[in-house]
Amino acid sequence: MIRIVLTASVLLALTRVCGADSTDVKIGYMHRLERVETLSLLSLPADNDGLAGAQLGIDDNNTTGKFLGQRFSLHERALKEADDAAAAASDLLGHGVGLLIADLPAADLLKVADAGRGHGLVVFNAGATDDALREQDCRADVVHTAPTRSMLADALAQYLVWKQWRRWLMVVGSHPKDQLFADAVRRAATRFGAKIVQERVFEDTGGARRTDSGIVQLQKQIPVLTQSAPAYDVLLAADESQVFADDLPYRTWDPRPVAGSAGLVPTSWDAGFDQWGAVQLQNRFIKRFSRRMTALDFQAWSAARMIGEAAVRTKASDPGALFDYIKSPAFELAAFKGQRLTLRNWNLQLRQPILLADGRMVVSVSPQDGFLHPVTALDTLGYDQPETKCHLQ
Amino acid sequence: MTPIWPRAVLIGTAVCLLLGSPAHAYLAYVSNEKANTVTVIDTDRFEAVKTIKVGQRPRGIEVTKDGKFVLVACGDDDTIQMIDTKTDEVTGTLPSGPDPELFSQDPTGKLLYVANENDNTVTILDIEQRTRVGDVQVGVEPEGIAVSPDGKILINTSETTSMAHFIDAASHAIVANVLVGSRPRFAAFKQNASELWVSSEVGGTVSIIDPVKHVVTSKISFAIPGLRAEAIQPVGIAISKDGATAFVALGPANRVAVIDAVTHEVKKYLLVGQRVWHLAFTPDQKYLLTTNGISNDVSVIDVSALKVVKTIQVGELPWGVAMREP
Repeated sequence: MIRIVLTASVLLALTRVCGADSTDVKIGYMHRLERVETLSLLSLPADNDGLAGAQLGIDDNNTTGKFLGQRFSLHERALKEADDAAAAASDLLGHGVGLLIADLPAADLLKVADAGRGHGLVVFNAGATDDALREQDCRADVVHTAPTRSMLADALAQYLVWKQWRRWLMVVGSHPKDQLFADAVRRAATRFGAKIVQERVFEDTGGARRTDSGIVQLQKQIPVLTQSAPAYDVLLAADESQVFADDLPYRTWDPRPVAGSAGLVPTSWDAGFDQWGAVQLQNRFIKRFSRRMTALDFQAWSAARMIGEAAVRTKASDPGALFDYIKSPAFELAAFKGQRLTLRNWNLQLRQPILLADGRMVVSVSPQDGFLHPVTALDTLGYDQPETKCHLQ
Repeated sequence: MTPIWPRAVLIGTAVCLLLGSPAHAYLAYVSNEKANTVTVIDTDRFEAVKTIKVGQRPRGIEVTKDGKFVLVACGDDDTIQMIDTKTDEVTGTLPSGPDPELFSQDPTGKLLYVANENDNTVTILDIEQRTRVGDVQVGVEPEGIAVSPDGKILINTSETTSMAHFIDAASHAIVANVLVGSRPRFAAFKQNASELWVSSEVGGTVSIIDPVKHVVTSKISFAIPGLRAEAIQPVGIAISKDGATAFVALGPANRVAVIDAVTHEVKKYLLVGQRVWHLAFTPDQKYLLTTNGISNDVSVIDVSALKVVKTIQVGELPWGVAMREP
């Protein structure tokens, strides 16, 4: 480990001595290649999910950069199961990459941040929604463009409360990330005056996501799972693992809408979103990659664009200078969300409106009217400054 | 808005009485983005008198210099439609390139400059020949278009690039790029060409640019008590011919800012309909019409009194407005 870090520093020093083009901004992109199982075929992620968003952000930066003599390049590191994220970060540093967009699980992300410590590496977390990364585990050199679970749950809760659908029956998956989303939903219910009338657990006992005759059974199983419930308005599903949530709509015992991990889903981006000029970004994306833009693509695009915006405003290419600008009150990002996006200075989380999408259309965008805040309505979503456990260092 | 109605009607009527005969009889053409129509407003009576069916998603709208056509950009049909002003019917199209939004004519009325949001291009068209005569590669998502009063310089703002590009109209070469606030949407010259104004929707500012030196000389920002800064999103700009007063539409702030165009000081905010997009003076400069995107109406501002005097119902989601002197 120590040897790798040392090598990286030497290489870094060499790059500096040899004088890499001062106007070239090198941006890394790190992700894990792992198979994701989904219930719906439509949810299967593309191989370049996220990466494509970063590439489009780089393209956009370069179109602007050509007028200012700035160039941006993307350097990908795809990790296989056995690969160490910290080693990959050091390797990138050795190649003169000081800005890294990461789509990594929380544990990997912290390893990368710790490996980059002292070498000026700035990490943009585009993938992990864990609140802990912005709270007790926050880092002074990690910016988050992915929304947190608490932001997503609050966005959904505000809309359901606005609709006066305040009684929720919640079905929770048995994996840790399902539990974390359920925690966020419970917190949102308390915050906005909804009531979880009962919770049920959907135990993942393994088995295939799809079979040749699965629907016949499901049609009988889901009503049983949801029968004899206290009176409720909406069925909330906490199933980030995609084991059961997509099977719920239209199969519940009582005729009730589904929200959370299926049905009405809170998300940073949706392929059907077309407001506030978003259709321009959607069209650019489809033209370049022949597929539709996902939330992960948008979060990676936002990270690349944050870097581009800082470079344009400061005319600098040094990661430290760009990071200083991103953390300054002057920073703002135009990202097709109907208002400027800014950074929460206490934990470096990008503030953003959250879309509520049903898989075809965007039903609403939170924060909802009437949820007030002394600074910005965007801070009604997720943990706010007075309650934060983050001490940046 | 409701309590304002009866009073507005009364004042409107009073104004009409004062003005006496319908000597002016200008017509305002309003593009309705969702309705796929253009509403025609008689500015003597301030009433909608006709609705014209047009293509998909009409936004940018202008009257040709010879008054023969109203041009309307139908973004989702990838074309600019030509409404014959004799019949008020669409009789032709211009080959605008994909997704046209805003456009502007050169002072002779021969050429049309079109921003094509989808392919980072400004397209140049010959209006009479209805042909494409050139294009210029600009920044990401070109939007605002303005032509200098002498026709020599073309301005294009690109939204994601946050720049005003200065383009030589003869050579089509970019001669300067000026960085402004985020998502610049609209550009307008002062009549005497001394200043270029560019509104930044997300940045919330209007940049004043010296068109000779290509530098931002000042930035106008806005503050409205009780409104969050994010809700103030400047888009349309209208500067009076004498260069004394400017009006800026502030989008979801539901207000039009009145600005001393000499000192660049904001003098007043006028409450109009919801999500105000664009503005147009009547040719005599006595009134200013605003398109209010969410409330489906047009507000009429009395320019000398600086008061909103009437609200006119138009089609769904009004966006652009242009004036014609019959």
